[in-house]
Amino acid sequence: MTTERGASVRFDKVQKSYDGETLVVKDLNLDIKHGEFLTMLGPSGSGKTTCLMMLAGFEPASHGEIFLNDRPINNVPPHKRGVGMVFQNYALFPHMSVAENLAFPLQVRSLGKAEQQEKVKHALEMVELGEFGSRRPAQLSGGQQQRVAVARALVFDPDLVLMDEPLGALDKQLREQMQYEIKHIHENLGVTIVYVTHDQTEALTMSDRVAVFNDGVIQQLSSPDALYETPQNSFVAQFIGENNKLSGTVTAINDNICDVRLADGTELKADKVNVNAVGDNTTLSLRPERIEIAAVDSMENRVKGHIEELIYLGDHIRVRMNVAGNPEFIVKVRNRAGEQKLAEGQDIQIGWFASDCKALDPVG
Amino acid sequence: MTDQTHAQTVLTTQDGVPLKVSISRALRRQKLRSVLLVAPLFLFILISFVLPIADMLFRSVENPLVPGTLPNTVVALQVWDENSGEMPPEEVFAALAADLKVAVAAKTHTRVGSRLNYENPGIASLFRKTGRRVKRFEEGDYTAQFLKADKKWGDVGVWQTIKQFSSPMTAGYFLAAADAQRTADGVQFKPEDERIYLFLFGRTLILSVTITITCILLGYPIAFLLSSLPLRSSNLLMILVLLPFWTSLLVRTSAWKVLLQQQGVINDTLVWLGIVGDDSRLALINNQTGTIIAMTHILLPFMILPLFSVMKTISPTYMRAAKSMGASDWYAFWRVYFPQTIPGIGAGSILVFILSIGYYITPELVGGTSGIFISNRIAYHISFSLNWGLAAALGVMLLVVVMVLYWLYDRIVGIDNVKLG
Repeated sequence: MTTERGASVRFDKVQKSYDGETLVVKDLNLDIKHGEFLTMLGPSGSGKTTCLMMLAGFEPASHGEIFLNDRPINNVPPHKRGVGMVFQNYALFPHMSVAENLAFPLQVRSLGKAEQQEKVKHALEMVELGEFGSRRPAQLSGGQQQRVAVARALVFDPDLVLMDEPLGALDKQLREQMQYEIKHIHENLGVTIVYVTHDQTEALTMSDRVAVFNDGVIQQLSSPDALYETPQNSFVAQFIGENNKLSGTVTAINDNICDVRLADGTELKADKVNVNAVGDNTTLSLRPERIEIAAVDSMENRVKGHIEELIYLGDHIRVRMNVAGNPEFIVKVRNRAGEQKLAEGQDIQIGWFASDCKALDPVG
Repeated sequence: MTDQTHAQTVLTTQDGVPLKVSISRALRRQKLRSVLLVAPLFLFILISFVLPIADMLFRSVENPLVPGTLPNTVVALQVWDENSGEMPPEEVFAALAADLKVAVAAKTHTRVGSRLNYENPGIASLFRKTGRRVKRFEEGDYTAQFLKADKKWGDVGVWQTIKQFSSPMTAGYFLAAADAQRTADGVQFKPEDERIYLFLFGRTLILSVTITITCILLGYPIAFLLSSLPLRSSNLLMILVLLPFWTSLLVRTSAWKVLLQQQGVINDTLVWLGIVGDDSRLALINNQTGTIIAMTHILLPFMILPLFSVMKTISPTYMRAAKSMGASDWYAFWRVYFPQTIPGIGAGSILVFILSIGYYITPELVGGTSGIFISNRIAYHISFSLNWGLAAALGVMLLVVVMVLYWLYDRIVGIDNVKLG
């Protein structure tokens, strides 16, 4: 199947307020392409679920317009939008069997009995629950219920499927398995999926693009790797993956590299991302796995660190260090033969490339 | 071999006591304590509730009076064929004279008379009158002396009645409660114009069903509103629903009298609005309408509460899910929401129906003659006619009807589908 099947969605200057005093969603502009898997990621209360509910039609937008396939849908009631939805607690109808649950959207559309059965069977096979049609939802495990919910949202061939933290109630292992299954279903069907989660791993493994929400605003909209590698601001850097923070002041700017002086006088070079001028306060963001305990000469930044704690994790060792006055500085050291022996209380030289260290807006 | 396996299966404690014995010893105190805790309530219910009711129900078949007071007559009557149409032989009259002499001395003959009077009016005075004369009866030819005392002794019907009630158990009360009587041709229904109880049972059932249905129709939207409103306003509304519980039943019923009577608030308002003419005021009270209105109001909370507790547990996401799949509001309600509220409807209906089928005070006050229930008739027999046997028989029949309906409900809907909260 081609990606032409999926719908496109456009949020145009959308705002949402429940009480008329505070904005839950502030000026949202977002283009979702045909067949895209877009994840809205953010902490609770960041406005991501509200966006999904506006798209589904359960909450009206206070301002702005939402377009589905270039058609404004603000005044289209939810049942006429043709949008499939998977809810956090699945919302499988408890008084109907699995097959009846799946047939529900087809009955609404007055499909013929034979066609209904055909589609229900097909959908059940898609989620590998072929023999479970006659069971009640309560007789299924959490993972199976989840699959039924996904199948039900897809059985009437919608162009757009919304998923509101669908894996939140599952245990870790099942969650990972379901992530792949949903991803494969998306690849096979080519529908557009808008997925809401607060779990960054989910967002990174499944999505084509991720919109990071905070405080009613999209902080960054990019592919998962760009989100991790090149965060645009401190919130994204901290929210996605593990991150070391160092606070300082910009002392010089040369093209993309800026010099930063930390509070204890340490001079570092960093990738200029979110600073404008000399004298600005900045927070440097640094991934723990980009720091080397055997600093090579080509690294622009080399500092001394005091090892506070070693945590053995098998494939790698987490080293908590005190670096430039930050006692929570984490370094990930790969567990390899011939690596130098580390001991708590030791002072070692560590280093990193300026390109791995992002100078972002100041926090705290 | 068996000894060996036995020795292996019996686990013992370290002191050599079998483990099971030890466990029951350890739990004995606990069990004793829990038994003692429920004992007062158990005894209270047994003494003040179960035993009196059992005694009352037993009265519906009990018939100690005739065989106790007229023992010789009962024995003598055994040889007489009541369907022959002939008078009993002389021995029966002789036995009755002997029995009556004893009974008059003990002053119990009038009680037999009034008991038999329920079945055959006139017997009470017959016994009283004969009782005064029997002392002067002489030996021999008792038949003539009895007939001289009162000609009614020549009526075969009187003797048939005495014979019918000569056994210590009787189905007579139940026959009366079912508007039937024993005649020469066996058990038959009474003439159409004398039937009252079956008609009253029918009316009680029909009115109870009507009240249950109106309670569902009125209670469902309120319960839905209660469950969908935010907590603050739903609490306030809940207080309004419960408010009638804090008012005396009598006050509420009397208030309906004020509202519903022909010169009452509702009629006055309707006349003032010109909806009904002054000369054609609606008869809203002292009839079935009054009973239905007042009882619906009084029983409504019993419908709303179970409905509310069921609706509260239905997540709004079900409706959202249905709508996201293309169902209109009405379709989503009918296919998704309503089926999940059926346990609440079931629970509320059982409560309201069973309460209303035995309701007494409200029909008594606002029902007039066309709106009274079978329970009003039972109360009448308990406190006015003092025919407790008939009252007990009616009560047993009411109980059986309720049990049968309950059983039917279980068969059709399933009692485990009922949810009270």
